[in-house]
Amino acid sequence: MIAAGGAIWDVLTTDSTYSSTMRFSTLLALAAIGEWIAERAGTMNISVEGMILTGAFTAALGSHWTGNVWLGLLLGILGGLGVASIQANMAHRFGTNQFVVGLTLNVLAIGLTAFLDAQISPQVTATGTLGIPILKDIPLIGTALFDQSWIQYFLYPLIPLAWWAMYRTRWGLELRCVGENPQAGDVTGIDVNKRRRQSVYVCGMFAGLAGAYLTLGQTGTFGADGVSGRGFLALAAVIFGGWALKGAIGGALLFGAFQAAGSVFQALGYKANPQLLLSMPYVMALATMLVLATRSRKPAALARPFVRGLA
Amino acid sequence: MAPMVLAYIVSIAVALGLCGLLVQVTGGSATKVLSAMLDGSIRDAGAWGLTISTATPLLIVAIGTIVQGKAGMSNIGQEGQFLIGAGGAAFVATRMNAPGFVIITTSLLVGAVAAGIWALLPAIFKFTRKVPEVMSTLLMLFIADQLAQYALTKRWFLASRSTDSRVNNGETLKAGAHMPTFEVFGNAISWSAVIAIVLTIAVGLMLARTTTGFRIRMLGLNERTARRAGVSAALIGGGALVFSGVAAGLAGGIYLTSDIGPGRFTAGISSNLGWQGLLVALLARQRAALAIPMAFVFAALRTGSGYLAATGVDRQIADVVQAMLVLALLVPPAIQAYQEQRRGGAA
Repeated sequence: MIAAGGAIWDVLTTDSTYSSTMRFSTLLALAAIGEWIAERAGTMNISVEGMILTGAFTAALGSHWTGNVWLGLLLGILGGLGVASIQANMAHRFGTNQFVVGLTLNVLAIGLTAFLDAQISPQVTATGTLGIPILKDIPLIGTALFDQSWIQYFLYPLIPLAWWAMYRTRWGLELRCVGENPQAGDVTGIDVNKRRRQSVYVCGMFAGLAGAYLTLGQTGTFGADGVSGRGFLALAAVIFGGWALKGAIGGALLFGAFQAAGSVFQALGYKANPQLLLSMPYVMALATMLVLATRSRKPAALARPFVRGLA
Repeated sequence: MAPMVLAYIVSIAVALGLCGLLVQVTGGSATKVLSAMLDGSIRDAGAWGLTISTATPLLIVAIGTIVQGKAGMSNIGQEGQFLIGAGGAAFVATRMNAPGFVIITTSLLVGAVAAGIWALLPAIFKFTRKVPEVMSTLLMLFIADQLAQYALTKRWFLASRSTDSRVNNGETLKAGAHMPTFEVFGNAISWSAVIAIVLTIAVGLMLARTTTGFRIRMLGLNERTARRAGVSAALIGGGALVFSGVAAGLAGGIYLTSDIGPGRFTAGISSNLGWQGLLVALLARQRAALAIPMAFVFAALRTGSGYLAATGVDRQIADVVQAMLVLALLVPPAIQAYQEQRRGGAA
């Protein structure tokens, strides 16, 4: 017991714990913001995985073609948006089952990126790190938060911006409305499926940014392994967070810590069961749903297609 | 009906055309790819036997998926259930000392039951705590992944006991624990293909002709009506969900004991067979009979892609073709529904 406490204390007081956590959490948080917006508007967007993967690849392509990181970043966002436009229109215009579309898009993204990567093998110019003076010298968290790729710094303003857009604008109110009670929204004149499509587009752009961050800001190369399952982890973070933004961000930070913990424990000479650590996010998301079920903070119309006249 | 058929043909042609274009644009030759795929899946000696053996686990996963889909459930965790089934089967198959037939039967049963229990959890979560099964089955897929990784680090569980190798692999199956094959025109076909066909016919008849099948369909079409008519959603719906887990687990066991698999349990043994089986069920539009040709097409893409190395085109093109085919089959009904909605106003 004392040994375990000591190990945790050691881990908590090591700088590298926080920087390796952020390496995972930044991607998760970016994707989770997008997924949160989509889910609040009523889409369980499982193709977020495919969106991140596509964004990661198109960012690599952009960097390969132009040698410019900004254009790479832009193309990454557009890649995520491209997947989103298929998801949004198939599910919320043509009435196809959203999970069927999402699943298919995930398979397509895995196949297409791996295929094109093998055929083209893009060369990526990475961003490197950009330290912010003074702030980066904060003990423990300074390096993790303020001495990283500049793409990570986009995350900080985007969190309050997403909150403001969802809770303080008419558009956000309408999005939340079509996620809770689309029939009521329809009666008041909101184009329900249009708002839902928009929410998926936003999700695609966030996921694309997350993918671009992975390629350009972190690994400096496209690798499907870097994404595998992170989209689902972001989705789990939204569920774990009880469909609140701060919960989703908290989930992303916590799940990132679980992913980082294995290697940190090892580096400090402690033993930890990596499988247990890596399965914790999914177990916690499940447990949250089991506990929250009665309190029902889930958007009431989540994953329910809207067809006018059907209650 | 006729314009619908035409729409499907056009849509599939467009999808395949796009795939061909993709190959051409990236510097490959579409005709060479097609030819290599056909060689690998049908034309070469013994190729179609291999394709049928590959289609078997896909078909079994798809049959289970069709049953739960008919009941209005959405299990998307087949990949994990497949893994649990393969793990359960491996646990027994590498430990039992008995005639081959007994080992195979027991291990397939244990694998199927293990996966059934794995799928029972989402059913319990759904009917006691209203947790949507689509989320719980998905989350449990990743837990199954980690469980498999863990099992391969422990000798008492699934890790190989005979070697000191650091690579985490399962114990190799004994020669007698492999599913026997029979030969047709020089093609070795696994007996499991017969199991799959019998299962498909049985499930097709069950859905179409029995009271249980009627209850399942009623529950899927209108839950409220079904409840009024005395159908227990928990029993029928949960049962259908568990059945799909059992089927995916059986497929896992069958793949483990087959000659086309790795011959031992590995963490990656499911190799997308669960996901692809799910796609087969989607393509078959919940019709058991249609699942047979669809499973064959997907299996042909799998076996055919093994021959692509010689053409210089990456084998992942097979995944692209699979996904494009599914998308192509989703488009015509979607457009039809959209047009009806515009014309009629109310759906």
